[in-house]
Amino acid sequence: MFGAGPRTARGPAAGTDGDAAHRSGRPAPAAGAAGGPTAGSGPPAVLARGLGKSYAGVEAVRGIDLTVAQGETFGFLGPNGAGKTTTISMLTTLATPTTGRIEIAGHDTRTAPQQVRRNLGLVFQETTLDPELTAVENLRFHADLYALPRAGLAGRIAEMLELVGLSARGDSLVRTFSGGMQRRLEIARGLLHRPRLLFLDEPTIGLDPQTRAQVWAHLAEVREREATTIFLTTHYLDEAEQCDRIAIIDDGRIVAQGSPAELKSVIGADRVDLRTGDDMAAAALLHERFGLAAVRGPNGLSVKVAEGARLVPALCAALDVAVYEVTVTRPSLDDVFLHHTGRGIRDDALPGAAGTAGTAEPSDSGDST
Amino acid sequence: MTHATVALPAADRHAPGRLAAEWRAGSMVWRREMIHFLRSRAGIAVSLLQPLLFLYVLGIGLSRMFSGAGSSDDYMIFLFPGVLVMAAQAPAISVGASIVWDRQSGFLREMLVAPVRRSTLLIGKCLGGATVAACQGAVVLASAGLVGVPYRVDLFAALLAELLLASLAMTVLGAVIAVRIQRIQTFHTALTVLTAPMVFLSGLMFPVSAMPAWMAALTLVNPLTYAVDAMRQTITAFHPAPAAGASGAPIFDPVSWGGWDVPPGLSVVLVAVFSALALAAASRRFSRTD
Repeated sequence: MFGAGPRTARGPAAGTDGDAAHRSGRPAPAAGAAGGPTAGSGPPAVLARGLGKSYAGVEAVRGIDLTVAQGETFGFLGPNGAGKTTTISMLTTLATPTTGRIEIAGHDTRTAPQQVRRNLGLVFQETTLDPELTAVENLRFHADLYALPRAGLAGRIAEMLELVGLSARGDSLVRTFSGGMQRRLEIARGLLHRPRLLFLDEPTIGLDPQTRAQVWAHLAEVREREATTIFLTTHYLDEAEQCDRIAIIDDGRIVAQGSPAELKSVIGADRVDLRTGDDMAAAALLHERFGLAAVRGPNGLSVKVAEGARLVPALCAALDVAVYEVTVTRPSLDDVFLHHTGRGIRDDALPGAAGTAGTAEPSDSGDST
Repeated sequence: MTHATVALPAADRHAPGRLAAEWRAGSMVWRREMIHFLRSRAGIAVSLLQPLLFLYVLGIGLSRMFSGAGSSDDYMIFLFPGVLVMAAQAPAISVGASIVWDRQSGFLREMLVAPVRRSTLLIGKCLGGATVAACQGAVVLASAGLVGVPYRVDLFAALLAELLLASLAMTVLGAVIAVRIQRIQTFHTALTVLTAPMVFLSGLMFPVSAMPAWMAALTLVNPLTYAVDAMRQTITAFHPAPAAGASGAPIFDPVSWGGWDVPPGLSVVLVAVFSALALAAASRRFSRTD
């Protein structure tokens, strides 16, 4: 769905290297250069240590550590009320941590909030555009807020509008835009000042599937062209799968962190479902030849095995009984989420989004052979 | 092209002069208010209706009752500065509403995460609101000839300046309330409670000298009183006829503190000081993070 070609090949490690090359032209942060990060490597985009926040005695965030490397796409998942929004508020200087510290691109959020803000682009869940202004005016105002050089500004604005496919609507009032167009304009605006880090809080919530795909296609292009670190929260598993790394927060703590593949490997086994002519005999053979304990269900047999896809050929060759159907299900991020939080990722989806989302996600539960 | 994009200065490098950046952000906020104003012509027309009605219907009606005491024109001139303030009041106060509205609609967040001081944002907002309000007042001011205020450049310049200051005072007052409020409904409730008494107790319709002591005391702590009084004294300075009228027209007596007449210059200073203090208080509250 988001298969922007060059992107798919890029694992976390490759991504970091590739970006180091991309970024070698970038200046090292002016103020934070004390630690002597060389151009190219630079400080991490996000560095949070022991981050905690209490509101009126309630601990919303209980001491979390996060590191996001430059150029990475980082997914921040968690059930509603787990502390996601609070964490993002702290990372974006909108709230002050009760404990711990945060550095964004080497700048401390407490002592240098202005430098931090200069390095951040934000796209919030709810729109923060001015509907009574045109798209270009919204971008111009953003440029004024961030004191971008006036020289070349018109070109930069045109470039950003083009990036999100809104070139033709630059002079229309934002009030006349659809939800998807507004979201894309917000992404363009978030990138206008060339932030090192783009925060996307549920960037596609409430959008229909086509628009969602469109937004992601544009995001993929953003990653290619602007080489920006992306930090996003989402309730959509296919979006989380796009991330280089993921952290899952629950009850104010990070309960799991790693690449989607790593997280899924923690869950372990694939599930292989079989429909055969004689389930009893097949189960006995499975036990005898492969040492696997099959579970019999109404739709046939089911076994857990580490490398499901590799088992299938051997299985078919070994079983004497007729095999009608074999399905291999890999552990999904939903399984990961369920494992760590005791809930499915979409259990608590917003009612407004549920209508489109529920039907749009038929393929979350993995690949079939 | 792609390479050029990446190699262009990142955010850090073009960090401009601090003050220049604040100025640019503040003027952007100001400009946004002006754009909103110019794009809502229907709203302008409607909000001008009330003060004009006030002046030319209520004013003329009431002035007939005063006809025994001086010419009926006197009351119209007396009422005029107050109507200017009234014309500016609605748009001035609406800045507060727009702060709350920006908070609700989300645009406020876009401004809050920008690398500028929050006080800059608030000052830009208030100055924008004051400018819009003064523009509205200026429309009423243009009709000054109808009530007998002479068209003189120096008089109009002075009145406009005072009008701008009065607008700023009212804008800031709205902002002080708005920065404490999350919901637009709460803001409107707070305003209804506040604005009517402020208008009635400003010497706008009847002179302070004619008020009973308790009412005069309340009026004397109202900053609007001094804004209205300064304008009224400015007009009478250029148009001395009413004060010298046969009746002696006590309605034009300046506001006085225990018998000491407050000079218009001091009134202007008082309004300015009030605005500055209120703006500082609002900025402080606005700058607070959770």
